[in-house]
Amino acid sequence: MTLLEVDNLRVTFPSDQGPVEVVRGLSFALGRERLGIVGESGSGKSMTGRAIMGLIGAPGQATADRMAFEGRDLRHLPEREMRKLRGARMSMVLQDPKFSLNPVIRIGDQIAEALEFHTRLSARARRARVLEALEAVRIDDPERVARLYPHEVSGGMGQRVMIAMMVVMEPALMIADEPTSALDVSVRGQVLDIMDDLVRRRGMGLLLISHDLNMVARWCDRILVMYRGQIVEELGAGALHEAQHPYTRGLLASLPRLNEDRATLPVLDRAALDGFMAGGDR
Amino acid sequence: MIAVQNLNVRYGDTTVLHGVSLAVAQGESFALVGESGSGKSTILKALAGQVADWQGQMRLAGQDLQPGRKAHLARQVQMVFQDPYGSLHPRRSVDDTLAEPLAIHGIKGRDARVLAMLDAVGLPRRFRFRLPHQLSGGQRQRVAIARALMLEPPVLLLDEPTSALDVSVQAEIMNLLKGLREEKGLTFLLVTHDLPVVSFLCDRLAVLRAGRVEETAEVATLRAAGLQSAYGRELLERSGLV
Ligand SMILES: Nc1ncnc2c1ncn2[C@@H]1O[C@H](COP(=O)(O)OP(=O)(O)OP(=O)(O)O)[C@@H](O)[C@H]1O
Ligand SMILES: Nc1ncnc2c1ncn2[C@@H]1O[C@H](COP(=O)(O)OP(=O)(O)OP(=O)(O)O)[C@@H](O)[C@H]1O
Ligand SMILES: [Mg+2]
Ligand SMILES: [Mg+2]
Repeated sequence: MTLLEVDNLRVTFPSDQGPVEVVRGLSFALGRERLGIVGESGSGKSMTGRAIMGLIGAPGQATADRMAFEGRDLRHLPEREMRKLRGARMSMVLQDPKFSLNPVIRIGDQIAEALEFHTRLSARARRARVLEALEAVRIDDPERVARLYPHEVSGGMGQRVMIAMMVVMEPALMIADEPTSALDVSVRGQVLDIMDDLVRRRGMGLLLISHDLNMVARWCDRILVMYRGQIVEELGAGALHEAQHPYTRGLLASLPRLNEDRATLPVLDRAALDGFMAGGDR
Repeated sequence: MIAVQNLNVRYGDTTVLHGVSLAVAQGESFALVGESGSGKSTILKALAGQVADWQGQMRLAGQDLQPGRKAHLARQVQMVFQDPYGSLHPRRSVDDTLAEPLAIHGIKGRDARVLAMLDAVGLPRRFRFRLPHQLSGGQRQRVAIARALMLEPPVLLLDEPTSALDVSVQAEIMNLLKGLREEKGLTFLLVTHDLPVVSFLCDRLAVLRAGRVEETAEVATLRAAGLQSAYGRELLERSGLV
């Protein structure tokens, strides 16, 4: 079943040279699956996620022909309704997790607050759930970490705290923007398992934005490749190496290897790609 | 160029570094890899004078560091922090951020240098007067790298400098860093969890776990998937590289 439908999404910012479109007519549908988005830095991945969540702030503007979540059109929903949805049914792990946490509230209290908003648990049960959630994302000393403020945790711990917070809410749609970029492979595996569990067991839909080509290729059901505000290619699970678009081929060529002996890495021929597609905001 | 001996760091009653020692020669590029929360950023921050209280000995660019005392090493050492968003001033434009170190040190030709640096890190020149929140995650990370390179310091402390970049931009930045190092004999201490990045850019690496150095190895050992410590092996296995 389709959970999210996006048709002709555009995000625009004003500039001295007139409006600049950073997302240029994106259309896709998401079911109860793991959809990966990869793409060039600045190609509009984060803005796509934020637009779905209704989080494009002025002077930016998002428009679409249709943007439906569980059959409800999000475009004209009052902010009050949007906020309700955002807290519960759909949630987003932002790219800079430590800066989306409240800097003056202890980590444990922030997760407990999220729980309080969504469930009727006693204070004690909430506390137990908070520690459980932290342990699940492989924080070994949850008691200590629950008492820390966001600036006192490491980069990767901040990402895991954000994921723990989203997971306790059990949303129907999760947009995760680079949720594992600071994690080593062993912790990353565990975090992916948790998200996988929500997709399989609870039928959640996951939009995973990531630069990690190998991870996305191995783990997602489908992959969208973005370049300059547009989807340039869609690939099936494990079919990354069959990519045709010159941008995607260029990406694959740039990947360093474990036994790297090249003096320089191949880079994209951007001028040639520009001839291939114009516009956007890189 | 960098010598750390028996470094201990505690926060309250939690010890996060237990007697860490490492040495990086001039012109060498050294990587720190290891579990999330194992203390990698803490080592870099301690060297950059961002940790108030520590025990042990640290020597950097010819100066002995003292806990609680600020060394004036800006022209010798620059750091790229793990959270570019947090390390960039929210109300300073890219231009302010890049020109400021030049102004402080009375360096001329600022305009030309700022533009050349934007080109070098692959940021279009029209981004010059934008604020951090008007940039994407990877664009912000490139501003932080550009700022660190403005003074051409001989030592760079790089904390996950390419974690927010797609692999094509990552390749451009790594080529840039490698080129600068060869040309100018720079010394790098680099944190990453990406083993192929270590293989491309570094000579040696240390594997950290729970605040201790588990293993130090030559990059040739890494390339041959020959790490010995339990955690080093786990990293190789899980990367699907063994
Ligand atoms: N407030 C703003 N004003 C003008 N342009 C903006 C603003 N915010 C973002 N942009 C631009 O929009 C484009 C798309 O940004 P977005 O954050 O979606 O990129 P991204 O694909 O997530 O990149 P990355 O991988 O680097 O995070 C970028 O070129 C960025 O500079
Ligand atoms: N100001 C602080 N107060 C209390 N604990 C702190 C503080 N700063 C760091 N820590 C703790 O020190 C430990 C090491 O953190 P550090 O940031 O060095 O890890 P890291 O190896 O860089 O991890 P990551 O790969 O996730 O970034 C963590 O357990 C963290 O919670
Ligand atoms: Mg982004
Ligand atoms: Mg760190």
